[in-house]
Amino acid sequence: MISSRRGNFTFNGIAPEAGLKAALQKGRAGVIGELSASGLKGRGGAGFPTGVKWNLAAAAKSDVKYVVCNADEGEPGTFKDRVILSDFAPLVFEGMTIGGWAIGAKKGVLYLRGEYIYLRPHLEKVLAERRKQNLLGTKILGKDGFDFDIGIRMGSGAYVCGEETALIESLEGHRGEPRNRPPFPVDTGFQNKPTIVNNVETLTWAACILSKGAAWFKKIGTDKSAGLKLYSVSGDCTRPGVYEFPLGITVAKLLGEVGGENAKAVQVGGASGRCVPASEFARTLAFEDVPTGGSIIVFGPQRDMLRVARNFMDFFVEESCGQCTPCREGNVKLLEGLELLEEGRCSMRYLRELCALGETMAVASKCGLGQSSPTAFLSIVQHFQDELMGRMHGR
Amino acid sequence: MLVTEQEQLKAELQELATRHGRRRDALLPMVQEVQRRHGHVSSYAMQVIADLLDIHPVEVHSVVSFYSFLSARPLGRFVIRVCRTISCDMAGKDRVARQLENDLKIKFGETTPDGQFTLEWANCLGMCDQGPAILVNEQVFTGVTPEQVHGILEQCRRRFSAHALAQTAEHAV
Repeated sequence: MISSRRGNFTFNGIAPEAGLKAALQKGRAGVIGELSASGLKGRGGAGFPTGVKWNLAAAAKSDVKYVVCNADEGEPGTFKDRVILSDFAPLVFEGMTIGGWAIGAKKGVLYLRGEYIYLRPHLEKVLAERRKQNLLGTKILGKDGFDFDIGIRMGSGAYVCGEETALIESLEGHRGEPRNRPPFPVDTGFQNKPTIVNNVETLTWAACILSKGAAWFKKIGTDKSAGLKLYSVSGDCTRPGVYEFPLGITVAKLLGEVGGENAKAVQVGGASGRCVPASEFARTLAFEDVPTGGSIIVFGPQRDMLRVARNFMDFFVEESCGQCTPCREGNVKLLEGLELLEEGRCSMRYLRELCALGETMAVASKCGLGQSSPTAFLSIVQHFQDELMGRMHGR
Repeated sequence: MLVTEQEQLKAELQELATRHGRRRDALLPMVQEVQRRHGHVSSYAMQVIADLLDIHPVEVHSVVSFYSFLSARPLGRFVIRVCRTISCDMAGKDRVARQLENDLKIKFGETTPDGQFTLEWANCLGMCDQGPAILVNEQVFTGVTPEQVHGILEQCRRRFSAHALAQTAEHAV
């Protein structure tokens, strides 16, 4: 395994524990105020404002609360959290500790996907060092009444557990089947206690923001998408890897940086994201335009977009938890449609019916998995219909 | 399973339950450890775990069947998981997969007759920038070529012989 890091990372220049010390000085409300002012939104893909989430959990009345770090990075094409956990683990745990301080939690859990089990020894070592330095444990940094510790729990190969309520179900020893929301975890989370579930990268930025100040973060990016973001870049480009860019960067600019200028399309946001064709490379990667958890998959001129769509649908058929009908049955129907296209036996009328089904799945599915699983299918059909129809295979 | 083996497994599970706490949220860490040590979670293990956590054995089975890294049937000593998601697909995972089938003489989803290797597909292993990637138990290999497959399998075999040898030596003492 070689390092995936490309270019400079802000995380490199952050003084150890500067964020945690600032957080203790600012007080709980001060921390949440700083995060809200920074405009930080969830970096896992959903983009929920972090300050709002923490504020709700802080306001919830309970003696027991939890901080959960979502390290179940399973979105195809995403590997930035693996890099953060390998290279910047202390900053992740610092972010979790700041979260614990802000909402009044004593316990944190890092839910690590089973595929990353080889990272666990390193993470346990970092935790042990932090306990020794009194950055975890009781009376952290001498602060009376501030007790917090972190444990690691493993996933076992289930993409859906990246959905926050499925993750909580899994932590509680159940199948990873998402819950109805509301109630939200900030109110009724792990063991029915108020819980913040944040992506690895979100927590790491939270630590940076406390260290460098909300104003620094807010002035980067766009109005609605503040700050920096890590992008996991793979596929047909000469320099794949993890990059740090501001939000609001255009697809074209990013392709230039990674050596993917001749791409015919880019999948933004992984299997659950959308396919952006070359004609739309002027669009920006931002919550208000093309949102992303950071997965960028580049498709060169020779790629068969039907094979791409097929790969994504195989993925969703396999990873749907099977709980709700639109997702369980809908993904199978879309996959069968792609098989018809492969065989050159799909009528335009049927393809349109499948697109209507996809739109139904997006509104009727219970969780984000089913709501977003038709996105890739729909955007590939929309932009590459000509490439998909009338195949001569098997004739 | 011999009675003594059952008793041994039971003692092991009791020890695990004590370590993780006899609560429902201990279920996943417990079955994960059983999977790691024994290559599967047997019906007997499910029954004992259910008794220890005071839940129905079907609850344990439903969890084991949900997660792709847990298995009710015995898997090989080395479980080889080939990433089949898009970036590894574009990087040529099909040829690596074919060579694994050729060298092991089994298909995906199967285990070699000697119980050493199981071949499985995996969804995105998070190595998208350096595919094709495969996970062998807890070790990840990246940029795998069909030509390297033989060497990776040999490395597993050597590791197993070394392990078996160490155990024999231990018994001799």
